[in-house]
Amino acid sequence: MSKAASDKIKKIAKDIYNDIVKSKQPTLTSPIRSLNNVEYDKKDGYFKVKGLEKTRTLTVSTSKSFAQSLLLMNESKKVIAANDIMTKREAYYVSKNWGDAKFNEQPESDTCMDDMEAMMGVLREQLGFIPEEDGGAVSGNLTIIDKDPDTGKEVKIDCTKFASGAYNIPADVEEFKFETKANFILAIETAGMFQRLVKHKYYKKANCVLVSLKGVPSRATRRFIKRLSENKKLPVYVFTDGDFYGHMNIYRTLKVGSGNAAHANQFFCVPNAKFIGVTPQDIIDYKLPSHPLKDVDVKRGKDALKNDPFVKAHKEWEKAIRLQLKMGKRAEQQAFAAYDLNYVMNTYLKDKLKNSKTWLP
Amino acid sequence: MVGVYMAKGTKADELAKKQKEISVAEFFEKNRHLLGFDNKRKALLTTVKEAVDNSIDACEEANILPDITVHITDMGDDRFRIIVEDNGPGIVKKQIGKIFGSLLYGSKFHKLSQSRGQQGIGISASVMYANLTTGRAAKITAKVHKDKPAYTCKIRIDTKINKAVISDEKEISWTGKEHGVKIEIDLEGSYMKGKQSVDEYLKQTAIVNPHLNLIYQPPKGEQIIFPRASEEKVIMPKEIKPHPYGVELGMLMKLLHASDKRTLEAFMKDEFSRVTAPVAKEICQNARLPTNLKPQNMTRQQAEDLYKGIQETKIMAPPTDCLSPIGESLVEKGMKKEINAEFYCATSRRPAVYRGNPFVIECGIAYGGNIPAEGTVDVLRFANKVPLQFQPGACAITKSVNETAWKSYGLSQSGSNTPTGPAVVLVHMASVWVPFTSEAKEALAHYSEIIKEIKLAIQEAGRKLMRYTAKKRRVKDELKKRSYIEKYIPYVAKGLKELLGLTESQETGVTKKLQILLEKKRGEVKDMSFDASKNVDFDEEFAKIGKEELEEIQQEIDDEMNGVKSENGNNNGKKKNGKKRNGKK
Repeated sequence: MSKAASDKIKKIAKDIYNDIVKSKQPTLTSPIRSLNNVEYDKKDGYFKVKGLEKTRTLTVSTSKSFAQSLLLMNESKKVIAANDIMTKREAYYVSKNWGDAKFNEQPESDTCMDDMEAMMGVLREQLGFIPEEDGGAVSGNLTIIDKDPDTGKEVKIDCTKFASGAYNIPADVEEFKFETKANFILAIETAGMFQRLVKHKYYKKANCVLVSLKGVPSRATRRFIKRLSENKKLPVYVFTDGDFYGHMNIYRTLKVGSGNAAHANQFFCVPNAKFIGVTPQDIIDYKLPSHPLKDVDVKRGKDALKNDPFVKAHKEWEKAIRLQLKMGKRAEQQAFAAYDLNYVMNTYLKDKLKNSKTWLP
Repeated sequence: MVGVYMAKGTKADELAKKQKEISVAEFFEKNRHLLGFDNKRKALLTTVKEAVDNSIDACEEANILPDITVHITDMGDDRFRIIVEDNGPGIVKKQIGKIFGSLLYGSKFHKLSQSRGQQGIGISASVMYANLTTGRAAKITAKVHKDKPAYTCKIRIDTKINKAVISDEKEISWTGKEHGVKIEIDLEGSYMKGKQSVDEYLKQTAIVNPHLNLIYQPPKGEQIIFPRASEEKVIMPKEIKPHPYGVELGMLMKLLHASDKRTLEAFMKDEFSRVTAPVAKEICQNARLPTNLKPQNMTRQQAEDLYKGIQETKIMAPPTDCLSPIGESLVEKGMKKEINAEFYCATSRRPAVYRGNPFVIECGIAYGGNIPAEGTVDVLRFANKVPLQFQPGACAITKSVNETAWKSYGLSQSGSNTPTGPAVVLVHMASVWVPFTSEAKEALAHYSEIIKEIKLAIQEAGRKLMRYTAKKRRVKDELKKRSYIEKYIPYVAKGLKELLGLTESQETGVTKKLQILLEKKRGEVKDMSFDASKNVDFDEEFAKIGKEELEEIQQEIDDEMNGVKSENGNNNGKKKNGKKRNGKK
């Protein structure tokens, strides 16, 4: 674990203490976590923090959250010292020892943790905190080199050897090494589509690594894709449903990061990812069975046009979103099954991967 | 066919023999509940109430500060003697029989002015009820001038002809009395304390009539004195003529035929308020009737034309200076005496009009303090300074209270129900004609104009209450926030201690410094806690009257039963009752 993180915690505590000794109200400052506070950096290819900050002064109203921040920092310090980990849920239960200052619900402790991460500019994984949910799944032409937790000896994991199953990405992928001869990484939104491709060993035909994102990818999944793609110079292609949730919440987050964790985007972004489908144009070209956009979809699309710095920087995306709003339709990855169960594999992906003009940036 | 009807000895003829006129008195003899004599307990209360209301009315009419004594004696076997004496102007001899001995006789029915009595039923109904239940006549004594002897007599009512039968007439000297009336009635009744009791009625009367001095001797227990709280004489309500808008067709016809005016124009001008000569002409024009029509000869059709003509004419609202409301400060003062609350407010609305009758609504609210925080809000209802103790559910006041949105004023309420919380609401309607739902005068009728005014009065007072409750809430919030200092600052210190390895004394140092720092930032906070001794008007003994717990009352009933039983030498019964009482505890 990081000594830097531990030192940062001590420094913040020391500053607070010094203010109090001088009869000054102490403050905690952290970057604002929202899309307002990010800008799309074209050169580096991800959302960077603009520098808006919020300062919390210790007052009567903030006294509880102030105490909670300090107590949680202390738990982090202890975890780092013991070289242990603590899940978000565990952190919530640890607070039950804090008497009146305890968290009442887990969202409170999650927020406190996110604030702390942003405030210190250190990944929460480095503070000893890991998420509860599991990461994505991997299958295909890839060998992962991990270490045995007990012996520390290297363990080689061949991702073609899981038969109809797959390798599950753990919370910490920092020390992984990779061996591969694949040509690209294909990241897939739904577990169902991933299973179809694994079942038919699509990775063999296309010589690729398949990653199931399972909805919005977890931080570990994003970090895994980033490290693999950068280490092995592999392009990343993303295949989601043809709706704004797939386009923005999943693809955009994977590629350039999010507003909520803007301070951490540099660790998780995959700037060289490309979107192969389902694009709004695909819905027309492949005459896909579709559903009408729901109100929440329309809102999401309009929001993206209005507020998303990534969309504003890419005319192609702007056009695509406008087209989809005009059509008022959305289509799922599974819609290709209307033609033939393996149409998606034998025809759609084949066509799409050949023709980069049909992609979106 | 015709022949059959004409023939003598038909069924109809037979029936006709049985059909006869019934007098008003006979009607009420059978329907005594209409007048408030449904049961023994209520009979006692209604009689006291009618006598006292009449006495206060008489004093006010004569511009005298009322001194009234009420004396109730328990004579056993559910019989009571009620004696009510006042210092009013007295009653001349020839009127006594009519006032006390015939129903629907009185000075108040035909005139429009704010008075307690209205129809002239009440006291004569009591006399009748007394005759019926005890067989005894009522005794009246009246004195009209200090230099004249008093006149006394006994009265019974002949219900067949609705007339008084007077006996035992005498002239006596009533020493020490300048003028006044004394009435003694023996009737079957039942005396209880608590809600809807004589005690409660007299107390509430004292609350809204601060110029009244009342001495009350209940059937048991000590004498209670309700001293005069205000020396100000009540401004005598003025009598007004009816407003044309308030008169219905039947009444209009009656007035036309009874009039001694020679022309329709003169009739309109002289018998109604707000009708000037030009207005009278306009009415006749709108009714398409000649102005010189003789009122006494007008046909039904002509009367109806006149009625329509009135509705088409724009006539000024009736005068409103004829009313005598309690006034905001006296409403508040009255409530202070009765209730030890932390906040009081009152509102007197400007006069409004329903069916041509002017009226004023007043509202007072007492909040917090010793008022129980649980349960529904008490609503004290008054009409022309008389408490309304029965039928709250049928009353326009209750409806208006329930339909007001109390949540924003700081009380709880679910839907259109009576609000709950630590408050008492007082509503008073003063009018030249109070529209009761029945002759027992227990509830106000649901006229939309009246309900609207009551709601406006409640809202006005409610907004005053809201300012107080909002302030109180702010102080409460502030105190809650301050409690965070005690609660959370030690954890800030504890966190720092563990992070930096501080010593115990450094940790306490952090806590102390932060406490001083944060408290300084908050500034002063106003103390809004309730001080029971602050309300100097509050009278604890007074407040208890009419509020006896049900259990106590039950106890009294048990005691009474025991007493009766032991008199009969029934020891078993006594034991039984004793057991029952023990079992309850």
